[in-house]
Amino acid sequence: MATREILGKMLEFDADNHLKNRDDWNEQVALELAKEEGIAELTDRHWLVVNFMRKVFMEKGDAPSIRKLTKESGVETKELYALFPKGPAKKAAKIAGLPKPTGCI
Amino acid sequence: MKKLLILGGGTAGTIIANKLHEALDAGKWQITIVDRSETHYYQPGFLFIPFGIYTSKDVMKPKRDFYPRGIEVVIAEIDKIEPNENRVLLKNNQVLSYDYLIVATGTNIHPEETEGLIDENWLKDKFDFYTLEGSCALANFFKSWEGGRLVVNIVEMPIKCPVAPLEFLFLADSYFTEMGMRDKVDIHFVTPLPGAFTKPIASGIFGDVLEKKNIRLTTEFGIARVDNEKKAIVSWEEEEIPYDVLVTIPTNKGDSAIERSGMGNEFNYLATDKDTLRSIDYPNIFVIGDTTDLTSSKAGSVAHFEAEILYENFLNAVEGRPMRAKFDGHANCFIESGFGKGLLIDFNFDVEPLPGKFPLPGIGPFSLLQETKMNHYGKVMFRWVYWNLLLKGLELPIESNMTMAGKRY
Ligand SMILES: Cc1cc2nc3c(=O)[nH]c(=O)nc-3n(C[C@H](O)[C@H](O)[C@H](O)COP(=O)(O)OP(=O)(O)OC[C@H]3O[C@@H](n4cnc5c(N)ncnc54)[C@H](O)[C@@H]3O)c2cc1C
Repeated sequence: MATREILGKMLEFDADNHLKNRDDWNEQVALELAKEEGIAELTDRHWLVVNFMRKVFMEKGDAPSIRKLTKESGVETKELYALFPKGPAKKAAKIAGLPKPTGCI
Repeated sequence: MKKLLILGGGTAGTIIANKLHEALDAGKWQITIVDRSETHYYQPGFLFIPFGIYTSKDVMKPKRDFYPRGIEVVIAEIDKIEPNENRVLLKNNQVLSYDYLIVATGTNIHPEETEGLIDENWLKDKFDFYTLEGSCALANFFKSWEGGRLVVNIVEMPIKCPVAPLEFLFLADSYFTEMGMRDKVDIHFVTPLPGAFTKPIASGIFGDVLEKKNIRLTTEFGIARVDNEKKAIVSWEEEEIPYDVLVTIPTNKGDSAIERSGMGNEFNYLATDKDTLRSIDYPNIFVIGDTTDLTSSKAGSVAHFEAEILYENFLNAVEGRPMRAKFDGHANCFIESGFGKGLLIDFNFDVEPLPGKFPLPGIGPFSLLQETKMNHYGKVMFRWVYWNLLLKGLELPIESNMTMAGKRY
């Protein structure tokens, strides 16, 4: 468990370095988390994915796999990797303030 | 007569059929099991075939030898479940009705999901080892191979037996060393995960073992396609990794019957209650083995632990009593590491694999997350345990829920 300062507030992070408390998240925090992942700005396409992740998490209690993202968010796998290089499901979940998707086990 | 219908007579279906047949009154219950195949495959043995340690006859036995006497066995392809009608349609137009249903149809590989994997060179320079056909073809190929780039690639997670790719790498290192040609083989592990394994501590330890064995590791590689002209795998971000022989662990998905029934998730896995193992959507359906959507490993040992929980809950549910047994995601896997040694991991939903001794704290005889000869004997013994104890639903000397005793943390 680690605490880090984001936008002047001390926030808690879990063992995977994802935000611990869902209430600490807002769109400004998301922008900061994106920067840490090397994503300088969040476009509409990024937000579409991030919001989809949050919606699925609220419904199911787990962030979706890349396969589910591709199937249901309307964003193709190729674009997902362009938006969130390397691990799209993991990175998008991190920016969305959600725990690491359990599907990657 | 009440009807219990079990779909799939593989590891999980066979175990639960044996356990429930023992417990349910034969005068009141009719048990039926459906499977398309008459042969039981010992899938953990597929791993050893490419290296000439086992042959196909070591991993096949008639399924009937393991089903309990007195149950009805139907050999047919399942078309779909109609959960609202409490019935199952078979491809031969037979209709089976049920009072209770247990789904145990497992998971399988789907190389056709990756562009370029299946072409005229499939099983010639691109192989899997998750099927008998794939592992036998690879055994033949290795016999006359003179060396080059061996790339082992996981297409996407989750896969059954997530340690099998690592074991394959360790055994390949050992095999080519013993053949006197290790210096001619470049072994390269390419994975979509951020490390050698999913769980942090084990991932670090396995990463070190790979390095020690001179096996290259590329992480966070999401394969988009195979470029068959160049003989390279290409990622969604257009990175290319060339190979002379590609060993792929393709996308794993539950059976298409689940999809036809409109009951699965994006991988055709069934929504399962993680404590009770009952279907989330239908109170008279239970789910066991690889076809659940749980985050526990998809492994035979897990099917065994699940069977103990499902057994208790089933017997209570049919009597209208509350279901008290809770599954904790327990998995216990021997990992062959080559040169007559092995590793062992023991973990559950909440606790990642940790070092220590198993099953007796401080004594073992097995060592967790450490390469020992004893762990290798454990793996060798597992085949005997599988055919003689596990499938028959008999007690194993391991608790169904994990224990922290003997673990260092
Ligand atoms: C290479 C490899 C190595 C492994 N190593 C290990 C190990 O070391 N330790 C370990 O514990 N586990 C290991 N496993 C995993 C283990 O084999 C599986 O987790 C286990 O077999 C799962 O049991 P199951 O009953 O869920 O599925 P399965 O045993 O696959 O059974 C499913 C059954 O359903 C039938 N079926 C499915 N769909 C239909 C249909 N539509 N109609 C009719 N019949 C159908 C199939 O014919 C099959 O018999 C390994 C697996 C592989 C591939």
